[in-house]
Amino acid sequence: MSKSVIEMPPKGGFSFDLCKRNEMLAKKGVNPPSFRKTGTTIVGLIFQDGVILGADTRATEGPIVCDKNCEKIHYMAPNIYCCGAGTAADTEAVTDMVSTQLQLHRYHTGRESRVVTALTLLKRHLFNYQGYVSAALVLGGVDVTGPHLHTIYPHGSTDTLPFATMGSGSLAAMAVFESKYKEGLTRDEGIKLVAEAICSGIFNDLGSGSNVDICVITKGGKEYLRNHLQPNPRTYTSSKGYSFPKKTEVLLTKITPLKDKVEIIEEGDAMEEE
Amino acid sequence: MTKQQANWSPYDNNGGSCVAIAGADYCVIAADTRMSTGYNILTREYSKICKLADKCVMASSGFQADVKALQKQLAARHLIYQHQHNKQMSCPAMAQLLSNTLYYKRFFPYYSFNVLGGLDNEGKGCVFTYDAVGSYEKVGYSSQGSGSTLITPFLDNQLKSPSPLLLSVQDAVTPLVEAEAIDLVKTVFASASERDIYTGDKIEIVVVNATGIRREYMELRKD
Repeated sequence: MSKSVIEMPPKGGFSFDLCKRNEMLAKKGVNPPSFRKTGTTIVGLIFQDGVILGADTRATEGPIVCDKNCEKIHYMAPNIYCCGAGTAADTEAVTDMVSTQLQLHRYHTGRESRVVTALTLLKRHLFNYQGYVSAALVLGGVDVTGPHLHTIYPHGSTDTLPFATMGSGSLAAMAVFESKYKEGLTRDEGIKLVAEAICSGIFNDLGSGSNVDICVITKGGKEYLRNHLQPNPRTYTSSKGYSFPKKTEVLLTKITPLKDKVEIIEEGDAMEEE
Repeated sequence: MTKQQANWSPYDNNGGSCVAIAGADYCVIAADTRMSTGYNILTREYSKICKLADKCVMASSGFQADVKALQKQLAARHLIYQHQHNKQMSCPAMAQLLSNTLYYKRFFPYYSFNVLGGLDNEGKGCVFTYDAVGSYEKVGYSSQGSGSTLITPFLDNQLKSPSPLLLSVQDAVTPLVEAEAIDLVKTVFASASERDIYTGDKIEIVVVNATGIRREYMELRKD
């Protein structure tokens, strides 16, 4: 018994088989579920001893905040960190993937990872997926060749910059950088400027909010300042508190046995001899 | 050949939430003061609440240009009423007028989601809730706008005594005292602004009771 059509194993990449069906459904008003995007303001800048990365901590699903304190600064290597904006699943997956590839590469070469290696691995992956992997990244780190800062766009293009911003709050943050950035900032000046840029995104962009995360990378090591600033505490908590005594009300009780009652008919014993 | 879609819309959504709660002898109407478009904030201090008559206040969220036009219409009609009848319009009368004004533009609606609050002729609190084309209902409490999906379930839990299936919203004029109702409104907005990006900045709370109309403000998250 042989099949007339041989099932080909998937060759990898995305399958676009259901696109026509989705289009047809969309016309009928059935829309696909929205992805969790990070809204976001992410920034990076180069200061005299290395690189400082900053990010807000709000994750949104449309107009609703689904995570008030998520982590957008991802670990790539001991000396390289990456901020991610766009679809949360995509930024997580792509940074995790490249982080493991970098570790294997470190074992293979016996050397510390370089930022350009991470950059090339990320851009090759994103270009391969033609922009469908919606991850916009700010990659920063310090290696033997010095401090580096890059931006990577979902379609795979990259820029190398002294200061960079990405995400829906990028314009608000860039306005701060363009006004106040100068070369050769000290560590404290750099942290202050990054925090100011992220705050600008937090307060002026609705897609960004909550707290400021900062990561300082230098030749000596890294410092991950989680929730460095928390400028948005809850404004009002009722002093008397709220109780929720109302449980689900029982309106009607009806019991239906699942098996019909077995009727025992008193039959004469079949084996009865008389 | 697919049908050509419009590439311009006459409407925009400026976001925000409104709430109104009716009590035995008072009515609390509240709205946040943030006006936004897309991901941007236009202003942090915009009032969505309008006094229509002596004991009648309306809060509206949606497209603020349409809201402004609607408020002007109602103010003009109220002035005519005062000239003709030599008295202020009562809250139930204003409620009917608002419904008719909205339905008049049934085929090019005011993109305005309203709650009307005030005292009726006997001095009892009343709240009327509307959709964009004028369908309305007298209720004990209501919420409209971007944060309404977050606010309404909590108000249902706190203000409706029996199960929703047994008693409609209408009869649930809250037994709460004025101060408790205001506390509830503040909590509800603080919670909504945590999770809704379009709600925040400040709340404007208007209280209508026998002594008159009083206004107070409270700060909210600004992110």
